[in-house]
Amino acid sequence: MAVPVDTITKPTPASSTSTLRFAFGNVLAFFILLLIGVLAFSIRLFSVIKYESVIHEFDPYFNYRVTQFLTKNGIYDFWNWFDDRTWYPLGRVIGGTVYPGLTLTAGTIWKVLQSLNIPLSVETVCVFTAPVFSAFAAWATYLLTKEVKGTGAGLTAAVLLAMVPSYISRSVAGSYDNEAVAIFALIFTFYLYIKTLNTGSLFYATLNSISYFYMVCSWGGYTFIINLIPMHVLLCIVTGRYSSRLYIAYAPLVVLGTLLAALVPVVGFNAVMTSEHFASFLVFIIIHVVALAYYIKGILSPKMFKVAATLVVSVGLVVCCAVVAVLVAVVASSPTKGWSGRSLSLLDPTYASKYIPIIASVSEHQPPTWPSYFMDINVLAFLVPAGIIACFSPLSDASAFVILYLVMSVYFSGVMVRLMLVLAPAACIMSGIALSEAFDVFTRSIKFYISSLSESLQTGAGDIVSGNNASPQNDVIKTDKREDSLKERPSRKNKKKDKEVVEKPSVKSKIEKRPLVLPVEASFFALFLTVLLGAFYVVHSVWAAAEAYSAPSIVLTSHSHDGLHVFDDFREAYAWLSHNTEIDDKVASWWDYGYQTTAMANRTVIVDNNTWNNTHIATVGTAMSSPEKAAWEIFNSLDVKYVLVVFGGLVGYPSDDINKFLWMVRIGGGVFPHIKEPDYLRDGQYRIDNQATPTMLNSLMYKLSYFRFVETDGGKGYDRVRRTEIGKKYFKLTHFEEVFTTHHWMVRIYKLKPQKNRIRGKTTKKSKSKSSSGTPTSGTRKKNPWH
Amino acid sequence: MGRFRFDLLILLLAIHWSTALSDLVISKLDRRIDLTSQIVRMSLSLKVENTGPDPVSEVSLTFPEYQAKNLALLMAISTEGKGKTKGFSSNLPIKVKQPDDSPPSLIWYAVSLLKGLGKGESLTLEVLAVFTHTLRPFPEKITQAEAQLFVFQDSAHFPVPYNVKIQSLTVKLPSENVESYTKLENTKLSGSEIKYGPYENLPALSYSPLAIHFPSNKPFAVSQELVREIEISHWGNVQVTEHYNLIHGGAQSTGEFSRLDYQARPNVRGASAFRNLIAMLPPRAHSIYYRDAIGNISTSNIYGDSSKTLLEIEPRYPMFGGWKTSFTIGYGLPLRDFLFQSGGSRFLNISFGSPMNDVLVENLTLKVVLPEGSKDIYVSIPFSAKQSRETKFSHLDIAGRPTVVIEKVNVVPEHNQYFQVYYKFSNLSLLTEPLMLIFGFFSLFVACIVYMHADFTISKTSASYLAKLQWDEVQATIQQLHDIINHCLAIHDKLEASLRELSRTGDVQACKAVRKSADSLLKDLSKDLKPLLAFLQSSPQAAHILPKVEELVVKERDLQEKIMLKHTTVVDSYEKKSGGRDIENRVASIQQKITALKQEVDDLLEFVEDI
Repeated sequence: MAVPVDTITKPTPASSTSTLRFAFGNVLAFFILLLIGVLAFSIRLFSVIKYESVIHEFDPYFNYRVTQFLTKNGIYDFWNWFDDRTWYPLGRVIGGTVYPGLTLTAGTIWKVLQSLNIPLSVETVCVFTAPVFSAFAAWATYLLTKEVKGTGAGLTAAVLLAMVPSYISRSVAGSYDNEAVAIFALIFTFYLYIKTLNTGSLFYATLNSISYFYMVCSWGGYTFIINLIPMHVLLCIVTGRYSSRLYIAYAPLVVLGTLLAALVPVVGFNAVMTSEHFASFLVFIIIHVVALAYYIKGILSPKMFKVAATLVVSVGLVVCCAVVAVLVAVVASSPTKGWSGRSLSLLDPTYASKYIPIIASVSEHQPPTWPSYFMDINVLAFLVPAGIIACFSPLSDASAFVILYLVMSVYFSGVMVRLMLVLAPAACIMSGIALSEAFDVFTRSIKFYISSLSESLQTGAGDIVSGNNASPQNDVIKTDKREDSLKERPSRKNKKKDKEVVEKPSVKSKIEKRPLVLPVEASFFALFLTVLLGAFYVVHSVWAAAEAYSAPSIVLTSHSHDGLHVFDDFREAYAWLSHNTEIDDKVASWWDYGYQTTAMANRTVIVDNNTWNNTHIATVGTAMSSPEKAAWEIFNSLDVKYVLVVFGGLVGYPSDDINKFLWMVRIGGGVFPHIKEPDYLRDGQYRIDNQATPTMLNSLMYKLSYFRFVETDGGKGYDRVRRTEIGKKYFKLTHFEEVFTTHHWMVRIYKLKPQKNRIRGKTTKKSKSKSSSGTPTSGTRKKNPWH
Repeated sequence: MGRFRFDLLILLLAIHWSTALSDLVISKLDRRIDLTSQIVRMSLSLKVENTGPDPVSEVSLTFPEYQAKNLALLMAISTEGKGKTKGFSSNLPIKVKQPDDSPPSLIWYAVSLLKGLGKGESLTLEVLAVFTHTLRPFPEKITQAEAQLFVFQDSAHFPVPYNVKIQSLTVKLPSENVESYTKLENTKLSGSEIKYGPYENLPALSYSPLAIHFPSNKPFAVSQELVREIEISHWGNVQVTEHYNLIHGGAQSTGEFSRLDYQARPNVRGASAFRNLIAMLPPRAHSIYYRDAIGNISTSNIYGDSSKTLLEIEPRYPMFGGWKTSFTIGYGLPLRDFLFQSGGSRFLNISFGSPMNDVLVENLTLKVVLPEGSKDIYVSIPFSAKQSRETKFSHLDIAGRPTVVIEKVNVVPEHNQYFQVYYKFSNLSLLTEPLMLIFGFFSLFVACIVYMHADFTISKTSASYLAKLQWDEVQATIQQLHDIINHCLAIHDKLEASLRELSRTGDVQACKAVRKSADSLLKDLSKDLKPLLAFLQSSPQAAHILPKVEELVVKERDLQEKIMLKHTTVVDSYEKKSGGRDIENRVASIQQKITALKQEVDDLLEFVEDI
């Protein structure tokens, strides 16, 4: 007896072996996923190995500081945190203006570790949050792609995502930024959406809302989700793919998701009031109308339905028009049309450069160049079209979603280089599908060749019967099986049977009705090329992780003939500030260094990287672009005690304040019109040599940067960044004194001289400079907005 | 100045005190004061003679209060008789012993002798007194370019409460430059030393103030706070972590700091600053790190040989007067160099203070973290210090690690002596943590296995649960059915193969044999199929799929018959030696049906599979 009659006991010999084989496949997939996780984690450790375990760049320092506060003071103090050490004298309500997801995540991890008596510091937890979450993101990609195109594509996509340079750039160890957890949340939300769409399970729909909530907590990019999913729903409805599963996938997400999103203080009522969310509500209405229509269609006869449809459509159109008109009127009444500045600059790429210089001044808000695509997603850019084609055969709800996701993210990445990060998972999924399909075709062709080879050995030339009964594809499978059965039948028939069971579904389900078999040479060659492509991708990604994206930017290194040279000037300056100034001293600098100053030096700053108050930033910009005395007055009115400037002229560090100076002038001039950009330009050119304008040479920024610089190289004053000799070489500071300059002169800190030093018999000069700087009365009033 | 007033007071009082303890006479007193570093070291050599009738067991030393409050260490060694290094000498116990009628501005220290000094006997006392904070910067604020000047005040006569026959004082300065010094009789400046005396026949407690004003650019590194944590791991490592809060204790820096000047002429325009510190670590120190709150500090260097490891660290910025910094250094040491065993208990033998050269530690907190499960802890320190206990929780701890906390103020390099922490620790306790891990993972896997195999349905009687159970059975049945059909199809293929074989070899008998075996197999299979079908028919859950399944079975049987028919036809034809063309014609109609049926069966199979 081959099969026992007893059907109640499940593990019959045949099925148990087959489950064993399935289990083996699952275990293999599990270990591959585990290794992918390890890969995703470890490829991001280059920064720790090459540099050190330290928080990177600017924003991560703020997040780190917030996390420190959270771990020290607890969650309730965190929600109510009014930070008086920044934006002096305004302060900032941190609890209500920060996306808390990242902070809460790291804080929770730290708490859990503490309760397990694993004494990791908050810093360590923060440093390694991003790599851990990129492993999670790789797994989420696997799940999402598996829902779309099966396990093979899922694994490939997960591998690709684990080391896609674009994502590495935001998630190396130490890059403790919102994006680190947000990309995981994004992919996972999409996965749950697709899962709900495929299963129609309310359980997954609820999970989807929760995952969406986590995304809202983590990153402002959640609007991408809440616009993409409605678009997909609309697409499904338009193409006649409406089903109850679609309804279950969408309706709970909108209701629960919006309610949950409104719980996050930084979002609050924006979740229902800003235009970014309108699309979702509109589609929410549409899907209900459609659901009603389908329901009515089900209970009415086709004829009756036609009559009812014309009636409803005509009435519905009128109602819709009225609603849309009201909405448009409401939206149009607000100046930005209800959109936030960043969203607007996404819709209209020229918006920011026209109206908001602060957004435009950030390099990551610029549109990307073609090389940056190659740098960031590398060979995926070429694989994506193949993936799109694979998604069209056959087109399912899930694959339509992935295509839509890709198309939208390509557009957004084209507007802002920063959003390349959103494109990366889409590109990985597409390329994963493409690679997996390609491998499928090639290996199938080779398999076909091998089996036909062995068959021809067996049957010889005169094969008359088999030719006409099936297509070549079917033949592959059949011959395969025949091989098996012929070989194994005499010994054990049970074994053979389950082998077929395994073989048949696995091969068959993948093969469509019209199989594709390539010539064997071509498939071998193509397989080789594909592997080569993959190898190139791996090499590039490792290079990008090791060389391009692992620098923490607060420590700089250079390789010279006498070995590695470390420029640790930023931390030198911050350490000096934190140990050798009073705890309540205010430090003014350009906003780039605000977060770092509060986090590393623990001193109050005037402006920081959270550029929420344009006027305040413009004030600092104005001070930096004003002559010394006017600047002193502005700074003094802001209680500033120290002014910090970053200067790269001695060692050739290009992103210093002189290079950012035009933005200070622009932003300052945007609010205080007496600062005019042309005053700082000679014939439209920005220069600091002897051709520079007097306004430029007398500006505070110039003076603080180049104070006594000329003495370093014996009277030449050669600036290595601008590659020129400076214009004004010898000058004295009257209102500021140098208190600290770092080893490589990269950070210079000046102290405002006390008031009495101001009157040093220079009254004549003072009045002269005042009159030269334009209309004296209105000028001084404007210059000093705090008086 | 307040201090001078005190001095005057002492001087006045000294006259009244001249006869109090006159049994002892100091025949010779040599005093050397070393001012080369921020820590002032005074070494005294007293030759004490007992002239009274009674044996004396204590010698009193007095220090003015302003010195005594900065006294970090006082050590006395007695060498009896004439020979200089004769016999074994150990530290004599010293305690504060204030006579009732003593003036408050004098602090008395009583040195207990090992054995009483009899009449006419004499001995030599070597006393070392170490003072901190006794050098006063003057001027108190200097600019970057100015040199750092200090004032040192003391008495030319050491105020002992005994008559002194001959007394002399030598003051060693860091360099030959002296701004000014008090000139008394017999004062001589030679090189970097100033000599006062010898003075003869001084009465008890005589006092003669002197002040020396001199430049010094030695590093005035003062650690306001030092927390040293020594953690013992019986896996072979002693981890030392030291958190420093450092300040330049010299003259305050004022005005601008110009990096340009400092870089151009660091020895002139930054003479008072210090760039680096050198820590002398024990040999075989490893995993050394140097960092602060905001990350690694990259300016450090290590030189090592078999007797020591030198760690040269540079703070992030040059330290000018009054500038502060804080940092952490840490290093691992091999356990066998520091942990020893004595009579059932173990003891750690490690040095007490900071390994830095010439760093004064104002507040030292020393924590010795013993392994979890240590008992009977006992600390032995060669000098007095405040002790307490606490518990530290670290990796995988349950009860926590017992920690000995020792606190001491004004720690100078002379305190850098070995101290011992005794404790009992069973080797078996070493295994608890690995075992805990093993057990943890084991139970995790067990939990996984249990979860995979157990049924966690809440209600076992609910309709949906029963339906699910039934559906599972149906699925299992269909799976079996599916297997059987597949098996049948495989047999069909085999039959086809035998036909091809036949067309190649013409071996009719073999072909017949194949058919026979296939036939019996197929019969077996159809027998197997029956109970499955019966079950499906009986099950209400399978109602909606039953038609399809039945159709599949019927079609398959049909296919089976057709193939058999084809097989027999072909074989018959071969037996009759018909031509190939003839056979094909005959089979053609059956073949068509077979193809159609195959397609149908495949489709149905796929459908069933999807269930």
